[in-house]
Amino acid sequence: MVINKKQKFQLKVSSKTENLEIIRDFIRAITGNIGFNEDSREQIALAVDEACTNVIKHAHGYDARRMVEIRVELDKEKIAITIADKGKGFDPENLPRPDVSRYIHEARMGGLGIHLMRSLMDQVSYEINPGIRNKVSMIKYLNKSA
Amino acid sequence: MSNFEVQRHDFREGAVVYLHGFLDAHTAPRFEEALVNLIHENRYKIIVNMRSLDYISSAGLGVFMGFIEEIRDKGGDIKLSNLSTKVYKVFDLLGFPALYDICEEEGQAREKFNL
Repeated sequence: MVINKKQKFQLKVSSKTENLEIIRDFIRAITGNIGFNEDSREQIALAVDEACTNVIKHAHGYDARRMVEIRVELDKEKIAITIADKGKGFDPENLPRPDVSRYIHEARMGGLGIHLMRSLMDQVSYEINPGIRNKVSMIKYLNKSA
Repeated sequence: MSNFEVQRHDFREGAVVYLHGFLDAHTAPRFEEALVNLIHENRYKIIVNMRSLDYISSAGLGVFMGFIEEIRDKGGDIKLSNLSTKVYKVFDLLGFPALYDICEEEGQAREKFNL
């Protein structure tokens, strides 16, 4: 499928981990037949899973009354995904690169998601306004998906 | 609706844990529970066979991080086997191959454990 003009998609679901599967299926459905190879489609779905898991867990503290909102824009060059929340936010600049051997020593079970997102997507950026609106935006370009 | 299953097959002081389906933040607690049960039973030679695992996110990788040191301190290990290319890539992105024994086949992991 060739995309001539911008296409927009939106998914809004309750903030609970059982919806991660729906979120990944939504992303996989959008990324089929537009030129991303299978590896890239998997990478995008995983990056979105990680971003939404962070929102559900950290921003919303597993409060299923809150909503996770995913907006996707497709054009002929790229997919741009935005995930917004009104949770407590965090400082993305102060997150160190994960040290898995130290995490093992500390028996720590988290702290890998943002690094994965940055590894899987071409661009990841944040707008943090705690309690008002936090936003993570991720982009993957089609021409890098050879 | 979660498409995930954990099965285990015990061998003397060890066990093989078979993961099926999708391991994410929703299903990771069930994998965690399986490891906790093995530790409570003093089974420290653990093989996680991922032949039927279709998907893993960092929540699943976190379970591997949470228990490995305790298990190694008891003289055991968690060895990983039968990873698909797709699943292996996620472990590789975070540097797990340098820290975990990843075997192509379950049989190799069992030989190393003498199970």
